[in-house]
Amino acid sequence: MKLVVVSAGLTQPSSTRLLADRLTTAVSARADVSVRVIELRELAVDIANHLVTGFPPPKLADALRAVEEADGLIAATPIFTASYSGLFKSFFDVVDFEALTGKPVLIAATGGTARHSLALEHAMRPMFAYLHAVVMPTAVYAASEDWASGDLAERVDRAAGELAELMVRTPTPHKEEELIPFEEQLAALRKKP
Amino acid sequence: MQFGIFSVGDVTMDPTTGVTPSERERIKAMVTIALKAEEVGLDVFATGEHHNPPFVPSSPTTMLGYIAARTERLILSTATTLITTNDPVKIAEDFAMLQHLADGRVDLMMGRGNTGPVYPWFGQDIRMGIPLAIENYALLHQLWREDVVDWEGRFRTPLQGFTSTPRPLDGVPPFVWHGSIRSPEIAEQAAYYGDGFFANNIFWPKEHYIRLISLYRERFAHYGHGTPEQAYVGLGGQVFMRKNSQDAVKEFRPYFDNAPVYGHGPSLEDFTEQTPLTVGSPQQVIDKTLTFRESFGDYQRQLFLMDHAGLPLKTVLEQLDLLGEIVPVLRKEFGDRRAPGVAEAPTHEALVEKAERSEAGVTA
Repeated sequence: MKLVVVSAGLTQPSSTRLLADRLTTAVSARADVSVRVIELRELAVDIANHLVTGFPPPKLADALRAVEEADGLIAATPIFTASYSGLFKSFFDVVDFEALTGKPVLIAATGGTARHSLALEHAMRPMFAYLHAVVMPTAVYAASEDWASGDLAERVDRAAGELAELMVRTPTPHKEEELIPFEEQLAALRKKP
Repeated sequence: MQFGIFSVGDVTMDPTTGVTPSERERIKAMVTIALKAEEVGLDVFATGEHHNPPFVPSSPTTMLGYIAARTERLILSTATTLITTNDPVKIAEDFAMLQHLADGRVDLMMGRGNTGPVYPWFGQDIRMGIPLAIENYALLHQLWREDVVDWEGRFRTPLQGFTSTPRPLDGVPPFVWHGSIRSPEIAEQAAYYGDGFFANNIFWPKEHYIRLISLYRERFAHYGHGTPEQAYVGLGGQVFMRKNSQDAVKEFRPYFDNAPVYGHGPSLEDFTEQTPLTVGSPQQVIDKTLTFRESFGDYQRQLFLMDHAGLPLKTVLEQLDLLGEIVPVLRKEFGDRRAPGVAEAPTHEALVEKAERSEAGVTA
């Protein structure tokens, strides 16, 4: 199974990536997954160019394909100005709007203070709900002080357990491009609404 | 194979001088460009259709009728005729009229239009774009082929005993291309009718269009119109040439960097690598254009976008002179590589001949 990790951390090393890695390790311990990490920082210019031109440059196209083909997704962002980062949102703005339908997603975020933790519930969860993803009940937030707390490890384990279990139990159906024959398209219009 | 140019008809400031042409200047420039296209030996001039600033061509058949009167050989076409928001009855009438005036030198390209507010301005809903394109074209197709039409659909007032006049010239409707940037439904529609499929590939990488064109070819054969190679494929292209490629890059860069569609985005170098845009010597343009055949198979029509991004008329006319110099080379090179059995480019004469042949076949 393919686990894809999207990390929107900006510094190197970044605490967002650190959190994403801990979640990845915990999922890998529970399920047989191949891991692909997508660092959005490396795609920042590609993402902006895609917004401007309407098509993804090759590196971004490859990342988008990986997200589409993933059986499960870990999405981690720093919290900026009460929400996910602009880069994180811009990436998901260029993901095909049907690509996440039915896909298990674990959401995670980092921030300077615990006061931002509910951004996961008020901003990130609705965004993925809109995209018809199946978002894990446990979202993981790590403030600076959490890196000194056993609670974080516990939440990481719980969230990773939820994702691994769902990935194993219900493999994502991969959508085939279907073609509606023209007669059917015409016939649908001829039916009285 | 036909070679020509298509124009969006945008009024854009020349970023190097700060000068923006007036609407009148831009409209007259489009006409001058079309006349030049015939002069340098191109086959086709196609105009876009828009109903919002900064674009001028809201009334394509008016412009094309005027150009028809001043040209002898040029095929007059559209880079989009909005099948979603125009009344198909009016399209049938306008283009049949133009076809008579231009002695058959007319075809057109169906498009849906991607400007949200245009749909409500014309009483439609953009979310119904595909159903509108399907139903309206079904009616247009019928109006050009049946003298008396009874019709009822979802989007338009019903018709009883309606005859669209004038009837198509020689009983043969103008050839239709269906243009699409991303919708397989439109490739399917073009295949169903045995019409042409134009992939306006100028802003996107080729992989995307390889899928759409393959689908169209395969479905064209499925519907019994011939082999996949006999389907009618048109492609876009975008070039800027100078004898010396460095001069081309230097001169075009400020236009590229400020262009309305992709300006302030990717670098000229990345964009030329990822899309059909070629900025360089005439030989580089020849080489790149010939690669289209390798990606998409033998095709029937190649249209270049030449007047855009605020390029001044003088420069565009110089570009057309250069295009006129390379087109004979392209004709020869494409011709030499062409597989046997590939469809000829559609012309009125060829369609009349085909109609006569099939009539003779029926009576024989």
